[in-house]
Amino acid sequence: MNAPGGPAPSLDVRGLAYAYPDGHQALFGVDLTVARGERVALLGPNGAGKTTLVLHLNGILAGGAGAVSVAGRPVVREHLPEIRRLVGIVFQDPDDQLFMPTVQEDVAFGPAAMGLRGDELSARVAAALRQVGMAEYADRPPHHLSFGQRRRVAVATVLAMRPEILVLDEPSSNLDPAARRELAQILRSLDITVLMVTHDLPYALELCPRSVILSEGVIVADGATGDLLADEELLRRHRLELPFGFAPRATPPGLLDRPDTT
Amino acid sequence: MGAGHAHRLYTHRSSPAHALPPHCKLAAVLCFVLVVVSTPREAVWAFGAYALLLAAVTAVARLPAVPLLRRLLIEAPFVAFALLMPFVVPGERITVLGAGLSVPGLWGAWNILAKATLGTAASVLLAATTEPRDLLLGLQRLGLPQPLTQIASFMVRYGDVVADELRRMSIARRSRGFAARGPRQWGVLAKTAGAVFIRSYERGERVHLAMVSRGYTGELPVIRELRATRAQWARAAALPAAALPVCLLGRLL
Amino acid sequence: MHVPDGFIDAPVSAAAGAVAAGAVALCLRGARRELAGAPGTTLTGAERTAPLAGLVAAFVFAAQMLNFPVAAGTSGHLLGGALAAILVGPATGVLCVTVVLLTQGVLFADGGLTALGVNILIMGVVTVAVAYALFAALVAVLPRGRRSVGAAAFAAALVSVPASAAAFTLLYAIGGTTDVPIGTVLTAMVGVHVLIGVGEAVITMLTVGAVLAVRPDLVHGARSLARPLKLRVGGRLIDAEPVPRAPARSPHRVWLAGLATALVLAGAVSFYASASPDGLEKVAADHGMDEKAGEHAAADSPLADYGVEGVSATWISGGLAGVIGVGATAAVGSGLFYAAVRRRTGTPATGRIGRTGDPGTGKAHPAGEVSGGSGDSPAGGPAERS
Repeated sequence: MNAPGGPAPSLDVRGLAYAYPDGHQALFGVDLTVARGERVALLGPNGAGKTTLVLHLNGILAGGAGAVSVAGRPVVREHLPEIRRLVGIVFQDPDDQLFMPTVQEDVAFGPAAMGLRGDELSARVAAALRQVGMAEYADRPPHHLSFGQRRRVAVATVLAMRPEILVLDEPSSNLDPAARRELAQILRSLDITVLMVTHDLPYALELCPRSVILSEGVIVADGATGDLLADEELLRRHRLELPFGFAPRATPPGLLDRPDTT
Repeated sequence: MGAGHAHRLYTHRSSPAHALPPHCKLAAVLCFVLVVVSTPREAVWAFGAYALLLAAVTAVARLPAVPLLRRLLIEAPFVAFALLMPFVVPGERITVLGAGLSVPGLWGAWNILAKATLGTAASVLLAATTEPRDLLLGLQRLGLPQPLTQIASFMVRYGDVVADELRRMSIARRSRGFAARGPRQWGVLAKTAGAVFIRSYERGERVHLAMVSRGYTGELPVIRELRATRAQWARAAALPAAALPVCLLGRLL
Repeated sequence: MHVPDGFIDAPVSAAAGAVAAGAVALCLRGARRELAGAPGTTLTGAERTAPLAGLVAAFVFAAQMLNFPVAAGTSGHLLGGALAAILVGPATGVLCVTVVLLTQGVLFADGGLTALGVNILIMGVVTVAVAYALFAALVAVLPRGRRSVGAAAFAAALVSVPASAAAFTLLYAIGGTTDVPIGTVLTAMVGVHVLIGVGEAVITMLTVGAVLAVRPDLVHGARSLARPLKLRVGGRLIDAEPVPRAPARSPHRVWLAGLATALVLAGAVSFYASASPDGLEKVAADHGMDEKAGEHAAADSPLADYGVEGVSATWISGGLAGVIGVGATAAVGSGLFYAAVRRRTGTPATGRIGRTGDPGTGKAHPAGEVSGGSGDSPAGGPAERS
């Protein structure tokens, strides 16, 4: 895998392997590079190790083989506070992510933990909420928001930390079509590197020019999203399925093909 | 269920009572209840005066009286305890409607009913004029250790989430023809409770991961500093300050 | 059964508040140990305490709303002290119940503000301590297995409820605002609460059983049932280093068990002694209580002359004095024991045990199978995650 030219890639994962203390090995040598500004979909069936990989990106899991670096900084203990600012993870269930009593306090949690206070903090919070169109809900308790709104606030909670890379775990799960479209608009409007973990293939095609498939703990395919989704045999082998009646070739084709890295 | 008795107490209004900082209100209510509790039971008029004071606060807070009065029923179990007293307490007896009642018992029952009712009413007013979140901030400002306020804040945040899970599971059970009629169904209900416990615990772990991912190191950052001006403290102190002379007078008389 | 304002007089309420505050402070430390993650984690107990205890408190709060129908339209609900103690450990259990009571008192006006200390003491500390001590003792004595855990949970919950009622009666005997014949109160309170305790016991046992069937690792009180972990490294199975937890906790356990046994003994014996006042004198003497009540207690102590005016049954206030005395004795005794242990080992008896693995690597084992997504909820329905 060659990192595209320019500055250090937003994310560089090399030879990452990991087994949980209970013996279950989830990753068997993952190689993945995401250049700055790219939007990449990480596709894979349940149990492929997607979430395990995500938890390595900000150093919550570590200790196996291989290395991860974010914007040129290795994910090691002494960089952890900085790494956790650079990698903004949006977890699958917004109720897990929105743990503070009000939207505003929740969005402020990350920047405040980084040491921001006062006006700077409020400005940061207001800006992040504006980016996701939730500014008028600042004082609401998260429990009273709709699911789509909660997910948008969850995105704001990490945007407020000005991350280098936004990692979204199943961003489209449980969203109705309108909320799904709104979230897509927001994500497209952001000038930020995005790694989107999903098994929602149409959503990946809609948002990410490039996709990788993680299966049984390794990256088995890496290429233009349209190309990957057109390869029925590849999808079937890795338990990925397109929704009924969905034809990836009918939508704009992938821009450039990248070699498979099986 | 609607999250049990959650959220029903806070009544959104814009009033001077709502606008006071939460720690002032907490301190004021605590002092007021202390004054009430230390009033001798024989000063019957004093309790009437306290009730009038609370009625005045209710008016200032623009709160409807009827729901608040209904809310006082929460102390019901101990009312039963109080009502038994005239029958079981030894001492001088009087006959009312053919029943022999103990005079100290009657005083005891009056004492408990009056003080418990006034105490509950004061707490209800506090909770009705202050958002739960602000109450927790106020407690922290008054010196409750941060670990406890953190736990309480998570409880307030997730109490509804967990209660909703319980409710959805109850709907799922009933949709499949289950009806809980007696202890025979307890096994199923306990499985529900067990499942909810596991979900809650796992959610706690996920919440923790989400917190660590955003730089949590054991302290929740204080985003809103609670500050109170002297005027606000003075306004909050009006309630206990008005109650104190009543209590002193009651002790003297 | 939240005690409202005006039930217990101010000095006793304040004293109860002080005792409760001390107990909660101890539990804050203990909870870090109980909630520390699996071995090899960088995520410390201190960091995990707030979210985990908060969620368990939310669970207790919600579980109290789950109605268990009894008969003819009546229903009961869980109190949850014993359940919390068994599931997450005594210290976290006390914290959870405390926070539930605190929020109920302040946010929902349930239970008097001035009686908060009393409520935390009787419903949090006493319930949890008695339940967990009995549970731990039974689990240690009974043969290993799920059935024993269930039986121990049943007994623990059964005893914890009347024990809490007895503690209330004790406080009432010292600081009640009206002189009610304490014997009558105790009989009534304990009698009623034994009935409630039976319900609590059945529910607690069933719930612990339900958790045990799915996630035995989440039942704090049954960790002894867990099998040692294995690691697969390069295809070979290696025994993971066991976590040396037990030595860290045992003095604590001994202390709790001793205290609870003493309290239960004192309570039970005084109950049986109702027929023969002499018997109680003997009990009191056996525990060094007559002397304590007579000489050591200050003259103005409510226990000084078997206390409360208008108490018709002297034996019962004697018994209550016995409970207090036994409690105090146990506290002093275990304090000495603790100090002795500390001295001998040169380290705090409850000191942290060094963790296996390098705490610096950022390794963690989220107990939920993170990669599995929705986890293995044993829901009575499809996963209802919103």
